[in-house]
Amino acid sequence: MKSIEAKIVVLGAQGVGKTSVVIRYVGKLFSKHVSPTIGASFFTFKMTVDDYRVKLQLWDTAGQERFRSMAPMYYRKANAALLVYDITCRESFENIQSWVDELKKNVEGTIIMCVIGNKTDLASRREVSREKAEQYADSINALYYETSALTNDGIQEAFLQVSLSLIKLSQTDKSSGLTVYDGSASLLNADGIIEDGMHDMNNHRRRTDSEDSNTPACCS
Amino acid sequence: MAATAEVTLPAQQLPPAEAIVEVTPDDMEGSAPGASEDHMLIAAESYEDINVAIDEQYQRGKVGDEKDKGKNEIEQSVRKLSIDDRSTTPSDEGRETPKEEVSAEGKERSNSMLGNRDRPQHVEEECYSPEWRQRQKHVFILSEAGKPIYTRHGNEDKLVTTMGVMQALVSFVQDNDDNIRFMIAGSHKFVFLNRPPVILVCVAHSAESTQQLLLHLTYVYNQIISVLTFSQLSKIFEKKRNYDLRRLLTGTEKFLDNLINLMDRDAMFLLSAVRCLPLASSIRDIIGQSIAQAKAKDLVFAILVGRDNQLVTVVRMKEHSLHPADLHLVFNLVDASTSFQSAESWTPICLPKFNSNGYLHAHVSYLDEECSACLLLLSADRDVFFELSEARQKIVTRLNKYGCLQAVRESLSKGSYKVAQIGIPDLRHFMYKSKSTAQYTSSELEAPYMEEGERHRLFGMYQYLHHRVHNSARPLKILFHVGSKETMLGWITSGFELYATFGPLVTKPAAINAINKLLRWIKKEEDRLFILNSYTY
Repeated sequence: MKSIEAKIVVLGAQGVGKTSVVIRYVGKLFSKHVSPTIGASFFTFKMTVDDYRVKLQLWDTAGQERFRSMAPMYYRKANAALLVYDITCRESFENIQSWVDELKKNVEGTIIMCVIGNKTDLASRREVSREKAEQYADSINALYYETSALTNDGIQEAFLQVSLSLIKLSQTDKSSGLTVYDGSASLLNADGIIEDGMHDMNNHRRRTDSEDSNTPACCS
Repeated sequence: MAATAEVTLPAQQLPPAEAIVEVTPDDMEGSAPGASEDHMLIAAESYEDINVAIDEQYQRGKVGDEKDKGKNEIEQSVRKLSIDDRSTTPSDEGRETPKEEVSAEGKERSNSMLGNRDRPQHVEEECYSPEWRQRQKHVFILSEAGKPIYTRHGNEDKLVTTMGVMQALVSFVQDNDDNIRFMIAGSHKFVFLNRPPVILVCVAHSAESTQQLLLHLTYVYNQIISVLTFSQLSKIFEKKRNYDLRRLLTGTEKFLDNLINLMDRDAMFLLSAVRCLPLASSIRDIIGQSIAQAKAKDLVFAILVGRDNQLVTVVRMKEHSLHPADLHLVFNLVDASTSFQSAESWTPICLPKFNSNGYLHAHVSYLDEECSACLLLLSADRDVFFELSEARQKIVTRLNKYGCLQAVRESLSKGSYKVAQIGIPDLRHFMYKSKSTAQYTSSELEAPYMEEGERHRLFGMYQYLHHRVHNSARPLKILFHVGSKETMLGWITSGFELYATFGPLVTKPAAINAINKLLRWIKKEEDRLFILNSYTY
């Protein structure tokens, strides 16, 4: 079995649910009271796909304007970018397009892009049609998923597809910058790291649980 | 004793019977409890910021003036500020309202502005809502061009006209090469802090003095600098005077709100000091060592802070000390957001006292699942997240191995200490600041200060006491204040500041006796209550 380690950056306007999507995936829960991210938060996650152990290092960035200048730090070495927008907010979709332009201009290697339309639970207030978004995603050669962090819709699929694309990339493009471990010695090594990741993840879960009960509402 | 006879009436809400004590408590100045040669924190004086602020404002207004003259006037104006301020008793209102700070012309102009605002087409302005008007303390931030940036209460979009008036007041006085500092109208104080490219205004009817309100504004200004840095802030407005700063500050409102709320109840700002989490010195030593051993490149400060803004320890680069005002902003960052509880975070932060023009990069994480202690590793290098993450992991392992996190959790759950533990019958509560270390300790608030209203009133009394002893026109060493609900004693020496609350019937000699006993107790406990040795990289 091979192991692969990939860096993923999550980008998007503020309040579209970047942190909620990540916490839903990594921590398997949803909280209405997620505090706006300060700077960027770091998560790790591991999974097994197609005979590959995949370890994801996730940078969940803050959507606020003042942190925008910090973004290159996170996407520069990323293998994949999740571009999250809010389907009930046209502006946030336009924001994705400016991120894509920035990535194309500044990222040298191949970067897998996945456009995510979040908040499908609020479909009655939808401002961006699925067709339009899919069309756009096609035009930039990106994956497209609609998700809901609240109902846990589409998130597993999105991450699975991103991981599959990463594996494919590591097979076809040797200069992709993806770390691939082969053979038993390095596998052991990789395992060690992966277990750390799992441990971290469990911590987050419990922490976010307690957060539910005592934080004031401040979702934006 | 520097004190002179006291003739003026005390300020509002304060009953009479106030005297300057002639009795001298035991001289403990040589060995002030909690004193240390250690330079972990910069020993900050109360109001030092304000005096700097006034100097700077003044000098900006007076560019080109003779130096000597300028200096003299600064002293005078500082003096004036404190004298005016102290005499804001209700009976003085009429006489005090037309402040010398605003020239007669200025007043006329401001009146006409207010007149304009009263016209019906502006009905949507917040100032017409009675609820908004009744707020005890307002804080506003606007750009020099008069654009609203922030308001503590209500919506700044609905304050365009009001902020326009503020801007007009500031710029009108500036036209005469002067600076507006404050106005008093009835029970309301209007305090201005002009820090180009922004103007900060506080409007309050509360127990605080204008100096204390100015201190609040300075903190609010520093909070903005902490987010943007001074160089970025001034560059933005150089490029575009009309810039809407709210764009860059989105998400910062909660930090400003939280800071202002904290200042209404936490004494650390008033005292320019930090409160330490009580811990056995052996435990604190292990924590300090563990953090110091896990060093990483360009790591400038490592700060471990417990719940409720209690400092566990600071480890620093040998050549740098941390200013309490910077530490307060770090506390506020941790206190105001739950975002750090879900994962390790990496964020830029500017510490205005350390360097107002640059960012440090902070690795922020809680060390246990209960989120009892938050570790901040501040580096000058923006690319060292993973090194710091590794260092953090080592620190956690070591602290768990020696049971330090357990000790921190226990101390947090136990709270501070009850005043009964000290065994002084009449003493209800106290705050003690060791000047050389910029740290303070205080007992838990107990009956009769359990209700929010009473706590607020007591805090107001401490503010009053603090204001009186630090009055720059007439600083006092000791103030014995007899009120109807409690008797308070403030005592300033070169080594410490002590503020104590007694029952209303305590006699002067009994209070002095109690204080001497209290000082001996603090001395005995100083290892636990204060950080006397810090570690360096």
